[in-house]
Amino acid sequence: MKKEWPLWEVFIRSKSGLHHKHVGSLHAADAEMAIEHARDVYTRRNEGVSIWVVESKYITASDPADADPLFEPAKDKVYRHPTFYNLPDEVKHM
Amino acid sequence: MQTHDLEKNFQQKIDAEVKIEPKDWMPDAYRKNLIRQISQHAHSEVVGMLPEGNWITRAPSLRRKLILMAKVQDEAGHGLYLYSAAETLGAGRDDLVMDLLNGKAKYSSIFNYPTLTWADIGAIGWLVDGAAIMNQVMLTRTSYGPYARAMVRICKEESFHQRQGYEIMLTLAKGSPEQKAMAQDALDRWWWPSLMMFGPHDSESTHSEQSMKWKIKRKSNDELRQAFVDATVPQAELIGLKVPDPDLKWNEKRGHYDFGEINWNEFWNVVKGRGPCNKQRLDARRNAWENGAWVREAAMAYAEKKAARRMKQAGEEAA
Ligand SMILES: [Fe+2]
Ligand SMILES: [Fe+2]
Repeated sequence: MKKEWPLWEVFIRSKSGLHHKHVGSLHAADAEMAIEHARDVYTRRNEGVSIWVVESKYITASDPADADPLFEPAKDKVYRHPTFYNLPDEVKHM
Repeated sequence: MQTHDLEKNFQQKIDAEVKIEPKDWMPDAYRKNLIRQISQHAHSEVVGMLPEGNWITRAPSLRRKLILMAKVQDEAGHGLYLYSAAETLGAGRDDLVMDLLNGKAKYSSIFNYPTLTWADIGAIGWLVDGAAIMNQVMLTRTSYGPYARAMVRICKEESFHQRQGYEIMLTLAKGSPEQKAMAQDALDRWWWPSLMMFGPHDSESTHSEQSMKWKIKRKSNDELRQAFVDATVPQAELIGLKVPDPDLKWNEKRGHYDFGEINWNEFWNVVKGRGPCNKQRLDARRNAWENGAWVREAAMAYAEKKAARRMKQAGEEAA
């Protein structure tokens, strides 16, 4: 019985102190192989110090069609931004 | 929303330079067009390894051998990035591969020409990767997000490909008369097929207009071809090689080189499968696929066995 190797999403930390960032995907039989393949295709030029892989089917994504209602609550809260506040010019750094 | 509104909305996003992402609504034709173009591009990267792989064991020095291996590995990576981008549109990897193997999908015709001498490796890096870069730089700004991101990555890796090829040509051109003749011969054979890489004239190109409207492409075949000629002719002159085109002439008024007509008969023949190496290339891909089948199956069976063992252990520990 032929079966396609599952799809994995690859996340790379480019150097210590930075977040892992999504770089792409690949097929592999299991997690170990996914990490080895990710090393071979996504870090050939020292792009990483750490790799995460997760099988694509385990990622839940928000629906772009619902983006408006989903992100709406943040839209009318300008007072969350520092520029909302009027302070006297004498206050130089705050 | 009605399909009509969705389509209007979609085109507005494109016009406003908002990238389309995998889960966004898109017209069926946009999806199909992209799957065709991206997978064709992926197949080209993979088949493109064959003519160069032909010279790895016979590279003239260890330095050249290491470089060539690194380049060919990069091309495998490029194939992967592109297949992954096509898969975000709902295409299955194995289906894409099958389309290549049964001749349904196309790949760049340039790889149906043979690599007869070491100088061909120089000419390929310089001209073929050079022509591909023209196209790929444009595609870093394509409207589909995953395709554009794959292209950014690819372009970063490509620039060494062209430089190493040009360096091979430069070294041969500075060498013995025989070496220089070898470089010239490679240029003579690869020049026209490289110009064909940009595809038919704009007036003959079936997918062009819609692709431009959707901003999948941002420059026409003829524009890209002209840019390639303008960039490459001075590079040939610099190393004392002659571009094999009697009609090639700098046109002061246009600010571009004028150049001769491509042999479109040859172009269509190779596209339709009658090039010198079409059969050899597809046979090599079919063999690789068939001979690798047991490895793919064994790896999957082993992964499943390991997973089952882990489950059992976890069960015993919990009990
Ligand atoms: Fe490439
Ligand atoms: Fe390349």
